[in-house]
Amino acid sequence: MINFQYVRANDVADAVRHIATDPTAKFIAGGTNLIDLMKDDVERPSRLIDISRLPLNTVEETTDGGLRIGALVPNSDLAYHPLVQSRYPLLTSAILAGASQQLRNMASTGGNLLQRTRCAYFYDTATPCNKRTPGSGCSAINGLNRIHAILGTSEACIATHPSDMCVALAALDATVHVTGPDGERTIMFADFHRLPGDTPQRDTNLRPNEIITAIALPAPRFVTNYSYLKIRDRLSYAFALVSIAAALELEGGTIADARLALGGVAHKPWRDTGAEAALRGQPANQATFTRAADLLLRDAKGFEHNAFKIDLARRGIARTLTQAANGTPQSQADKKVR
Amino acid sequence: MARTSTAARPSKQTIPTQDKISIALTVNNVERTLQVSPWTTLLDALRDHLELTGTKKGCDHGQCGACTVLVEGRRIISCLTLAVMKDGAKVTTIEGLAANGALHPLQQAFIDHDAFQCGYCTPGQICSAAGLLAEGKAKTVNEIRELMSGNICRCGAYPNIVAAIQQAMGQTGEKS
Ligand SMILES: Cc1cc2nc3c(=O)[nH]c(=O)nc-3n(C[C@H](O)[C@H](O)[C@H](O)COP(=O)(O)OP(=O)(O)OC[C@H]3O[C@@H](n4cnc5c(N)ncnc54)[C@H](O)[C@@H]3O)c2cc1C
Ligand code: SF4
Ligand code: FES
Ligand code: FES
Repeated sequence: MINFQYVRANDVADAVRHIATDPTAKFIAGGTNLIDLMKDDVERPSRLIDISRLPLNTVEETTDGGLRIGALVPNSDLAYHPLVQSRYPLLTSAILAGASQQLRNMASTGGNLLQRTRCAYFYDTATPCNKRTPGSGCSAINGLNRIHAILGTSEACIATHPSDMCVALAALDATVHVTGPDGERTIMFADFHRLPGDTPQRDTNLRPNEIITAIALPAPRFVTNYSYLKIRDRLSYAFALVSIAAALELEGGTIADARLALGGVAHKPWRDTGAEAALRGQPANQATFTRAADLLLRDAKGFEHNAFKIDLARRGIARTLTQAANGTPQSQADKKVR
Repeated sequence: MARTSTAARPSKQTIPTQDKISIALTVNNVERTLQVSPWTTLLDALRDHLELTGTKKGCDHGQCGACTVLVEGRRIISCLTLAVMKDGAKVTTIEGLAANGALHPLQQAFIDHDAFQCGYCTPGQICSAAGLLAEGKAKTVNEIRELMSGNICRCGAYPNIVAAIQQAMGQTGEKS
């Protein structure tokens, strides 16, 4: 870890002032991703702006019946918040599928969105990586790419976004509230994370001088028929190979509305509104679910070590939609997939 | 995970260093003042500055749980926490769990169930389990296993660790 300066922000305006005057500075919230990356010299900020004491740690109901989640609410508190457990159980489930309880106690809502890829080459400063050093090349395309993306990749980068929480937020139509030198703006969740294209160094559309203040959720839906299924190399405390968030609104045996988003398969949480449209108006059965999975994966492309993910995702989607339709969401404690 | 040797770092650091910062921590009910660099982790502050070496460094990257301590009663990973960020906080380590000469129920339970072999992961396991008891979310064996998954035991003492936690839950009035 390189030497750096430390400053504590007094309020949001102070935090923005600090970051605007020093482009090599970084915010620190829970520290669980940033400190890890600094220890490996992947991140080398000259100054850390500690935002962890800012009063952005409340969960409040909004006038439209939704929820406003402060950017500093710890992942564990959010998962166990009574309003989240009762109204957005898909979000609770996705958060509890990620990391460990110690890490969730530290990890912030805003930091979770901005966590960086777990591509091993990104972490290894001795190897080329376009995300870490633009223009140096991608070591993963012809390297160890078992955990890498199958959707939306580019020749420059095939990394995945590792978050579980963000997959649920994508499915639930969250919005991201940010503040910068020019004031506040709101970013739709689908527009927050980026595909790699030829600028994989940019994970998101957050500007370098902006701070996330809150995540907002619309009024609750999909409280009964939902599931978050995370498939990984061991049953807990491992990143997803493929994860699926599914939510349905059923009328009789027919799907009135659907949400479908995947994690571990792309540079961003992968929500496919086309696949959702293909579910709408259809009977909630295997044929429908498989058709939606095939549609979602129509452009999937495997690399040397990760082609298995395409079939894994196809089956996982059908399984998760079945769990959602049956109202038997995947338990994050009892790991049996039913 | 890949490590970077110091040799791979650019030789010239242009970033100015900052004087040490004075912070106060209440560690195991004793107020301590210490001078730390901004980059000193809470783990290093405990072990190297306060000589509380019960808390262990396993991976130093958040992946093993050996460094688990309680901050304001919540279990956290001290290797990914900067000491300066916890200025003013109340920290409990494995050295602070016993009270009035009596072992903490979890310490006794770990002995009763032989819940360790080499013992390297044990301080982290016990602090993590203390956090788990305080949270009150684990009721079943599956839930204990899941909510303890952030603590790796290379000796594989897991079944006995779960049994020890179940025993301590009974003693502290939790359902097992
Ligand atoms: C061993 C391990 C296992 C893990 N497993 C999982 C897993 O299975 N699933 C999963 O989803 N996650 C997992 N994680 C990742 C974890 O969820 C993230 O590290 C965490 O959510 C990041 O939040 P933080 O507050 O600690 O961020 P920090 O490390 O403090 O910050 C991360 C980045 O966000 C920026 N930032 C933070 N807050 C703001 C803000 N409000 N505005 C603007 N910028 C901000 C920082 O500048 C930094 O660049 C794991 C982490 C570890 C170490
Ligand atoms: S996949 Fe992306 S992050 Fe990984 S080596 Fe290639 S450019 Fe870097
Ligand atoms: S030493 Fe902190 S988690 Fe391993
Ligand atoms: S007892 Fe040896 S690592 Fe757990």
